[in-house]
Amino acid sequence: MKAILTVFGKDHTGIVAKVSNELSKLDINIIDISQTLMHGSFTMMMMVEVPDTSDFDTVKNDFESLGKDNALEIHIQRQEIFDATQKL
Amino acid sequence: METNSILETIQMISEEKLDIRTITMGISLIDCIDSDGKKARQKIYDKLTTKAKDLVKVANEIQSEYGIPIVNKRISVTPISIIAAASDDKDYVAYAKTMDQAAKELGVDLIGGFSALVQKGYQSGDETLIQSIPQALTETQRVCGSVNVGSTRSGINLDAVKQMGHVIKDLAKEDPVNCMSLVVFANAVEDNPFMAGAFHGVGEADCVINVGISGPGVVKRALEQVKGQPIDKVSETIKKTAFKVTRMGQFVGNVASKALNVPFGIVDLSLAPTPNEGDSVAEILEEIGLESVGAPGTTAALALLNDAVKKGGVMACEHVGGLSGAFIPVSEDAEMIRAVTKGNLNIEKLEAMTAVCSVGLDMIAIPGDTTAETISGMIADESAIGVINNKTTAVRIIPATGKKVGDTVEFGGLFGQAPVMPVNTNSPADFIHRGGHIPSPIHSFKN
Repeated sequence: MKAILTVFGKDHTGIVAKVSNELSKLDINIIDISQTLMHGSFTMMMMVEVPDTSDFDTVKNDFESLGKDNALEIHIQRQEIFDATQKL
Repeated sequence: METNSILETIQMISEEKLDIRTITMGISLIDCIDSDGKKARQKIYDKLTTKAKDLVKVANEIQSEYGIPIVNKRISVTPISIIAAASDDKDYVAYAKTMDQAAKELGVDLIGGFSALVQKGYQSGDETLIQSIPQALTETQRVCGSVNVGSTRSGINLDAVKQMGHVIKDLAKEDPVNCMSLVVFANAVEDNPFMAGAFHGVGEADCVINVGISGPGVVKRALEQVKGQPIDKVSETIKKTAFKVTRMGQFVGNVASKALNVPFGIVDLSLAPTPNEGDSVAEILEEIGLESVGAPGTTAALALLNDAVKKGGVMACEHVGGLSGAFIPVSEDAEMIRAVTKGNLNIEKLEAMTAVCSVGLDMIAIPGDTTAETISGMIADESAIGVINNKTTAVRIIPATGKKVGDTVEFGGLFGQAPVMPVNTNSPADFIHRGGHIPSPIHSFKN
C-alpha cells in the first residue's frame, strides 16, 4: 500500500539518512520525497510503498520510536486519507 | 505528491483536533421479537455480538492506518418499546441489561435505542419502557435512551411531556449524571449516530454504518484567516472547511463499510464539540465577532454557521442524515461553560439558539429543586420549536439533585462539566396537568 511518511522537528545532520535506513530495513521503497526547512524546522514528506506483507502497526511503532530517539515527530499514514479531504 | 495538501490535512488532525466522533452501527432487532422475553433477549444478545463483532477492531485499524482518531464506537438498535412489546414482561430493565452486556463484550462505548416513539400515543410497550427508564439507565453503564414526544405530522403528546418531567426527576435522584443518557425528542430522526438519542429506525436496513464527525477547531482556525471581512466571506469559508471535514467522514464511513461488509448509511454533518480547548462551537461564534456567546447576534451567527456547514457538507457526502447541524451542548464545550459561568449565556438564549440549529437544550444542569412540571414545560417549549419549524429538537437536561445555581455537575471525559443554570421559577403546572395532545400545525398537511 502507498503511505505518506512525514517528519517534523529541529534540523540536525543525519535525519534523512536515519529515516531512509529504517525504511530500507523494513523493505519499504521510497516513491517520492520532498524536504525543506519551514520557519527553521525540518519538514520532510515521503511517499512510500509499504509491502502488503508488512504489519502496519509494527512499521508505525518503529518510526514512532525512531522519532522519539531523535527528537522528531514521525507519522506514517495511508495515502488515501490525503486525497479524501482535498479531491472530489 | 501535493505537500501543501498533506500538511493541511495533518494540521487539521493534530492541531485543530479533527476527528471522527463516532462510527455507529445501526442494527435492527425486529427479527428478535419473541413472546418469551428471555428468548427475545438471548436473540438480541446473539445478534448484537454477531453483527458488531468486528466493529471495534475495524475502527481501531482505520485509526491506526489512516491516522485519523475515531473517538467512539457505538451501536444503535430498534426502539426496545417495539421489540419488547410482544412479551408479557412487567418491566424492560432486563433488556437494557442485555444491551449493556453486549456492548461491554464488544468493547463499544455506548449503545442507544432504549427508546419509545409516542408522538401520537402509547402502545403497550411504550408505557412499560418509559416506566423502566430510571432503573434501566441507573443500573447500566453504556445504555442510552430516548423518547420522541412530538412531530410536525402528529403534534405534541402532552401526556408524554408530563410523564417525562417525572422520569427525568426520578432518573436524577440517585445520580444526576445518569440524565446524560436520556434525551426527549421532537421530530426524532431514525439514522442518528450521536448519543444519547441514537436509535435504529424501523424503516432502516437490517444493519448499517453511520458516521458522525467533530471538527469545530478546523472551522475556527479557517475563520481566523478572514478576520474583519464581510459575512459572505465567513459563510464561504465555513462551507469550504465543512466540505473538507465532512469528506473525512465520508471516507472513513466508506472504508468501515467495506471492511465490515455492511452498507454505509449516512454522514451526520453536525459539528460536535468536546470540552478540549480549541474544539468549541462557541469559539466559532466568537470568532465571527461576538464578545461572548450569548451576546445579541448569537442566534444569527449560529444560523449562518449551521446553514454553511450543511451547504459544504451535502456536497461532500453521498448520503447525509442524522441531526446534521451545529451542536450546542453546554457541558461538552469549554467556551459555553465559560460563558455560562460568567453569566453571559442563559437558558432562554440557548432556547432561542435551538430554533436555528440542531439540536436542543443539551447537557444543561438545572437546580435540583426544579419541579417535574417545570422540566415538562421546558420539554413542551423545545418540542414546539421543533414541531412548528419542522426540525429536530431535544431536551437533555440534568436536574442536579441537592445542588443549586453556581454549583457544577461533573460528567467526565467527552461529556465535560455543567454549571448549574437558573430556571424561571413561575409554574407551568396547570398547563402541563391539562394533559392531552397539542394538534399538529396547519403547515404539516402537505398531501
